[in-house]
Order: sequence, then C-alpha cells, then structure tokens
Amino acid sequence: METQTLYEKLWSSHVVHQEADGTALIYIDRHLVHEVTSPQAFEGLKLAGRKPWRVSSIVATADHNTPTDHWEQGILDPVSRQQVETLDTNIREVGALAYFPFKDARQGIIHVIGPENGVTLPGMTVVCGDSHTSTHGAFACLAHGIGTSEVEHVLATQCLLQKKSKTMLVRVDGALGRCISAKDIALAVIGRIGTAGGTGYAIEFGGSTIRALSMEGRMTLCNMAIEAGARAGLVSVDDRTIDYLRDKPFAPKGDVWNRAVQYWQTLKSDDGARFDKVVELNAVDIQPQVTWGTSPEMVEMVSGRVPDPAAVSDPVKREGIERALKYMGLAPNTPISEIPVDQVFIGSCTNSRIEDLREAAVVVKGRTKAPSIKRVLVVPGSGLVKRQAEAEGLHEIFLAAGFEWREPGCSMCLAMNADRLEPGEHCASTSNRNFEGRQGAGGRTHLVSPAMAAAAAVTGHFVDVRELI
Amino acid sequence: MNPFSVLDGRVAPLDRANVDTDAIIPKQFLKSIKRSGFGPNLFDEWRYLDHGEPGQDCANRPKNPDFVLNQPRYQGAQILLTRDNFGCGSSREHAPWALEDFGFRVLIGSSFADIFFNNCFKNGLLPIVLAQQEVDELFRQCGATEAYRLTVDLAAQTITRPDGKVIPFEVDSFRKECLLNGWDDIGLTLRHAEKIRAFEQKRQADHPYYFA
Ligand code: SF4
Repeated sequence: METQTLYEKLWSSHVVHQEADGTALIYIDRHLVHEVTSPQAFEGLKLAGRKPWRVSSIVATADHNTPTDHWEQGILDPVSRQQVETLDTNIREVGALAYFPFKDARQGIIHVIGPENGVTLPGMTVVCGDSHTSTHGAFACLAHGIGTSEVEHVLATQCLLQKKSKTMLVRVDGALGRCISAKDIALAVIGRIGTAGGTGYAIEFGGSTIRALSMEGRMTLCNMAIEAGARAGLVSVDDRTIDYLRDKPFAPKGDVWNRAVQYWQTLKSDDGARFDKVVELNAVDIQPQVTWGTSPEMVEMVSGRVPDPAAVSDPVKREGIERALKYMGLAPNTPISEIPVDQVFIGSCTNSRIEDLREAAVVVKGRTKAPSIKRVLVVPGSGLVKRQAEAEGLHEIFLAAGFEWREPGCSMCLAMNADRLEPGEHCASTSNRNFEGRQGAGGRTHLVSPAMAAAAAVTGHFVDVRELI
Repeated sequence: MNPFSVLDGRVAPLDRANVDTDAIIPKQFLKSIKRSGFGPNLFDEWRYLDHGEPGQDCANRPKNPDFVLNQPRYQGAQILLTRDNFGCGSSREHAPWALEDFGFRVLIGSSFADIFFNNCFKNGLLPIVLAQQEVDELFRQCGATEAYRLTVDLAAQTITRPDGKVIPFEVDSFRKECLLNGWDDIGLTLRHAEKIRAFEQKRQADHPYYFA
C-alpha cells in the first residue's frame, strides 16, 4: 500500500465532496467558539433563517475580553461586556456540548481548555475562529483557524471549503539542553524558515526531540506553527498522547475508549511517507531564544546581538529591520542581554499550562522581582490550571517574589482587556506575537520561554536562564 | 457578497513586508459585534497620530501625513499594492472587512498569509499573487506616476498596466466562480446537504467517540 503522511490520513478521512479544481468540502468534528470572532457569524445564521447543523460539536468559552482580576466587579468595559454577553445569549439560544462562561471553574483560553477537557481528540477536524487553533494539532487532529464567515459556514453546514495543503516535516533530533523548552524550538524553527516559510503547508513536527516532549510542549510547538505561516501543526499519536487523554472529562470511556485508542494508534505518518519539504534541526544547537523585533522571525540567541541593518543587502529586509529597531527603540548591535525590561508576562495559549508555570517557578523560587521591573503578571491558561498550580504551591512562589497571580484568560497576550503595556515599555512575554502594538499601543514585546521570562523578571534584563539554575 | 468582474482603479502602494492583521485593524476595534464600519479604523495606529478607540468620530483625529493612505495622490484608491506575507497573524476577518469598508477591492502582492487570503474571497476582495519582479515593477511605476491606475479583469485573469502591458494571474476556478457571481458559500454547500448527512451517519457508525 502507498505510504501516507498523518496530514493525508486526516484529510482523506474528512472529504465529503470535491470540486474539479480540488476545492473540497471537509467535515468538521469539533467547533470551538469564543466571543470575539463569533457574534457576526451567529447573526448571519439567524438573518438567513438557518439552524446550526450539529450543536453537539460546539464547545465555547469567553477568554479574550475577560478581566484577570476583581472578578467580583464583572466586566467593567461596556464594549467588552457586550461581546461576552452576546456569546452568552447566542449559546443559550443555540446550545453547545459544553460552555465555560466567564467565572466558570473551567473557563479559560479556548486552546487550553479544549485539550484539558478532552474535547480535542486525535483524528478529529477542529476549527475555531482563531489562528492559534493550530495548537490542537499536538493531538494528531487537523486543527486550524478560520475567519468569521467560515465560522458561520461551519455552524450552518458542519463543513468547511478547503484546498489540500502541502506537507512539511520539521524534524528535530537529539536531546535538548538544560532549560531549553518547546518555545525555544518553536522560535528557532521560525528563525530558520521565516514567518511565511510555512505558508501553504501543514507542518508535522517529528524526530526524537519531539517524541520526548510532553503534550504541553507539543501544544506550544503546534501553537506557534501559525507564526511560521502554517495553518496547521501536527504531531503523530504515541503513548503520551493516549496517556494524556485517559480520564479527561469528555474523553470516551470503557469499550468506546478502547475502540478509539485502536484507531488513534494508526494516526501517524507511515515510515517512508513523502513530505513536500523537510527541515531538520539538531536539538543540541538550540539555545534560549529572544525576539528583538516586531515579527517572530526577528529572533536571536540570548547570547547574541540585535542585527545591524547596514549589513543587510536586500532593501525590503533592510527597511524592515530599520523600522523594527526604531519601533523597539533599539540601536543596531545591542547585546540582547542589555535590552531593558519593564514588564513580564507569563501566560497565553502558548505558555500558560501547568508545565509552563512549573518551569517558571523553578527559576523564581527563593528570588524576587528585580527592582527595575514594574510588574510581572502570571496568568494561568484556565481555571483548572490555576487550581492545579495552587495545589502545588506555585502561586506562593510567584506571590513571594512580588509577581501578580491572576485569573485565567488571554490577558496581555493581546491586551483586549485592561492588562496592557504603556507606550515604550519592553515586555518579556511568553506569548506568541511581537507585532507593533500587540500588547498595548507603543508596547515592545520580546518573545521568550517561561523560564527565560522568569529569569528576566528576577534579574531585570534578558539573561541565559542556565546561569541561574 | 458583491460580485466582482472588472475594476479600473487607482493604486496605493504599502511598501512593507509582513503587514499583520493587528496592524490592519487593531484589537480594540474587535469588540464590535457588527461586520461593517471598520473602514475609518483601517491601519489605525499608522494612519492617526493619536490612539484610537471604538466609537470615536475619526474625522477630527490628527492624521499621520507620512502614512501612504493619507497622501492626497492616493485618495480613492481601490487597489492596494503590498509586499510579502500580507495579512499574517490573527485570523480576524475584521481585517478584510476594514479593507473592503475603506474601499479596496483588489490586493496585489508577492504572497499573502493563508487565513487572510481565504477571508478576502468571502468578502468580495480579490487578493492577487504576482511574481516578485512584477510586484517590484508595479511599486516602481506607482511611485513614479501620479494617479497610477490598473485594470483588473477577473474573468480574463489579467491586470493591465497603463503602459499597455498585460500581466496574467492565477486564481482557483472555484473561488473565481464564486466571486464573479457573488455566490454565498453556505448556499452552495447546502446543495450537498444529503451528502453531508450520509457522511456524518457513516462517521458516527465508524467513530462513535466523536459524537458524544
Ligand atoms: S492567548 Fe493570545 S493568541 Fe491565544 S487565543 Fe488568546 S489572544 Fe489569541
């Protein structure tokens, strides 16, 4: 039989219909919904007099607009409140398999709560009106972000119009160095292939390094696939995938579980399967990464320096670097370790899971926030992560260090709620985007791993975390 | 959706790579629950000197005279010339909504981000990918010519320059048909409702664990 990649297996098992030019109708198993990209879709559905096709595919939460402190006061910003209330109304009218509203014990960032509740399962197609839906591909499901028209399309038809992607294998082999995490791998990959390097591809992450990563680490990696331009990231199923899902609230039970596992074990790229492109990295080469510019591909090792545009010959690239340095307030050739840091943000769907908080806590334990740092926000990805962290006493480590321990949500990843940077402030952030204004107008974001963010918080600047532990 | 056939329009050049959807429409405007009215806030942080918030009257805000869309010679532009990886980042459809509401119908660049590219077609916007040299030449001509215009013919899949040169472009035939006719995707898909239902029933029988 012909060999297939994981992507091809997932694709072919979901094609309902195909047009002559290859455009296909793909069946959607799981539809994740949040408050920002859904109101216009629900409205469109209603205006057209249509009903949702399969309500039990929907899982919803409010995460982008929700505050991360003073929950007793509700949502103070009236525009944010209206958006969250609109979601409440829509879900109440339409129904859902599960809804975790604002203040619910299991509320959180949609890409954190999907896997932890077992609503994301191997072999599924998963969509959400959110580009970081790629996160769920860590579970060998075909997961990608869609626009609001497509949200409406999935609500109305349970299908999505898609063209098949090309396939890319990013293979990482070898043992990672001490304190190097999935985030460093993700940034190193983007540094290598660029933010458009994955455009048109579904990226599968493979190799011994990936196999050794926890599910949390694999989610971090797939989460950032979109920052490399790929709509979907993927990791094949192995024992870790199955072990993670066992006993999750919405995971199948009993005989059905056994039957599911039998199928899931086939969800891996066949030996010798052909990819359109292969990129190889050696784990030993991956050092702690820090972005210095306004695109995730503008990244360096912590021991490196900000680039000098004068040394770049391509005029579009050179201008891009000049513009980024101006926005970031950085001189060419500045050592990364001399970039000042004003705020630190540990959170987002990239790095707000329990393992990320543990990774940060190890660095922080017994230390305190550097005096030059104005604020350190630690925002768990969900209510369940928050409770787990508290059970382990992690919050006490953060609080003792002078950090703020907040309620779950997207928070300062995109600053739609009250958590944001002031103009000109530099932030060591575990999130995924360092675009201009992303964390607040004029704010300057540097993307790093949780351990590196913690190290910046306690020292006041970027430092190789391995010097601290 | 408005059908698209032929457009003869003025061109505005946005000469930067990796323009992300946060830049196209900043997050504070995503709190709206409507899909119209985003045009005044297109490129808000680049276009205005002050910080924009939803619900403001933008007519009296201080404009950044250096930003290309504020320059008199590009007023009324319906074609946006862009660089690599335009529309990267967030999947927000507010980005094409804002471009369309502002008056753009065609985007020309060397590459577009996937989700954004897809979202454009759902909103009557035509994104066209050309080879790097073609894009470079259009930037050069546009910069050198006052009131530079191009004619875009979707049916013929051509762009015609003022100097008479005709540049062919690629577009998926399915998307092309939808755009030419202004078809609603959902209506089209629901023609296959029987097939979807049959697929679903078989899937449920084979994989009951996805239908809990
Ligand atoms: S945490 Fe950030 S990237 Fe993730 S869903 Fe929320 S806003 Fe988007």
